[in-house]
Amino acid sequence: MLFIRFQIQSPFARLFSFGLLALALLSLSLPAQAQESPYIVTYDHYLEEPGNLEVEHFSTFGTQRGGNDFHAFWAEFEYGATAWWTTELYLDGQTTFSDSTIFTGFRLENRFRLLQREHFINPVVYIEYEQTGGADKILKEVEGHDVESDYAGPNGLSRREHDHELEFKLLLSKTFKGWNIAQNTIATKNLTGGNPWEFGYAIGASRPLALKASAQRCSFCPENFIAGVEMYGGLGDRYSFGLHDTSHYLAPVMAWNLPSDWTLRLSPGFGLNDNSHHFLLRWGVSREFSGFGAAISRLFGARL
Amino acid sequence: MTLHARAVVLLLTVGVATAQTTTTSASKDNSVYAELAKAPTKAAARRNPLDTDPDAVAAGGKLFALHCAECHGDMALGGKKGPSLRAAEVQQSTPGALFWLLSNGVVRRGMPVWSKLPEPQRWQLVSFIKSLTPAAQPNANAEKAPHP
Repeated sequence: MLFIRFQIQSPFARLFSFGLLALALLSLSLPAQAQESPYIVTYDHYLEEPGNLEVEHFSTFGTQRGGNDFHAFWAEFEYGATAWWTTELYLDGQTTFSDSTIFTGFRLENRFRLLQREHFINPVVYIEYEQTGGADKILKEVEGHDVESDYAGPNGLSRREHDHELEFKLLLSKTFKGWNIAQNTIATKNLTGGNPWEFGYAIGASRPLALKASAQRCSFCPENFIAGVEMYGGLGDRYSFGLHDTSHYLAPVMAWNLPSDWTLRLSPGFGLNDNSHHFLLRWGVSREFSGFGAAISRLFGARL
Repeated sequence: MTLHARAVVLLLTVGVATAQTTTTSASKDNSVYAELAKAPTKAAARRNPLDTDPDAVAAGGKLFALHCAECHGDMALGGKKGPSLRAAEVQQSTPGALFWLLSNGVVRRGMPVWSKLPEPQRWQLVSFIKSLTPAAQPNANAEKAPHP
């Protein structure tokens, strides 16, 4: 029997305990191959396969005017609870060069598929609770009047700010003749203070380099590569809706789905106006494990 | 981590376990094949454009191993989560009906939507499924799936 002692006070010790538990459960699961999308910010309407856990690491290197460049990173644990519900935990951190490395918070996300079958447009509802600090720089989404100068402060100062946010997204997506087109509308409410609702968007398009699969198992077959582009930015808030004082990015994206069950992603992003970071280089690595849900169920005594 | 956050994590874990149990037990129901009959006439009448492609079955076999075997078993005889694809209900279905089911999934029963695979790959999967030898006792293995 595995016990977790919540009395442990150090955040790193807690993370270490969580990592040990996750590794123990992953050892009971099998790797599984999935056709992962190349998007890093935009969501399409495809959810995690039921019972599977996808473990992901993402990094963002960002240039910063008026401050130090940074490397923000996050881990994602994405679980397919059912074919219509995916739940996800994020752990965020960042290193600001010539400053420090800090843990910046966590997010709990749920996505619900609204329609049973495929339609011309496929809607998915996204609900997220996040408890992050002012030093969070992963830029997983851009909303409201988020601008580059918000990220310029030293960690010692910005980490004192704590945000509790609820975030809602309507994800609309369609795949036609190999092309996936996805559009996300974002509405965020900061539960601390009297901040207004903030809005944002993300859109993306992508396509595999080949639509037919080759007969042989191969790493470099063109169907293993999916390329595309995404664009995202803020749309102001309830009192000043629109594009003024907002930042926007355009980013080519590429995913490489390896037959060894790993997926690699790369995306250089470019700021589109003076409020944006000039350059964001993002990359990610992920692996999907099947049977994770069954392992959890057995932990609770279920016979499957 | 605050007490509230711990409670949320615990609730999520229990929810995950419950959802998994529900999904698994539902897949052992024989009526899973009934969904094939719901394919619209036009969709069911579609012909497999890769019928004459000599590589379609082999490529479909590769895709099956990557995406489907996890639930339907390595030999497509059925597994803990998915039914046998050698059953008469599947083998007697039209290619169009199988393509429709692959594209739309059976979400409430745990079968994901596979439209994320491009159309030619879904047809390659249909070619592979139709090439399978029908089982003597349809769905026998799905019913006898061993408990770990």
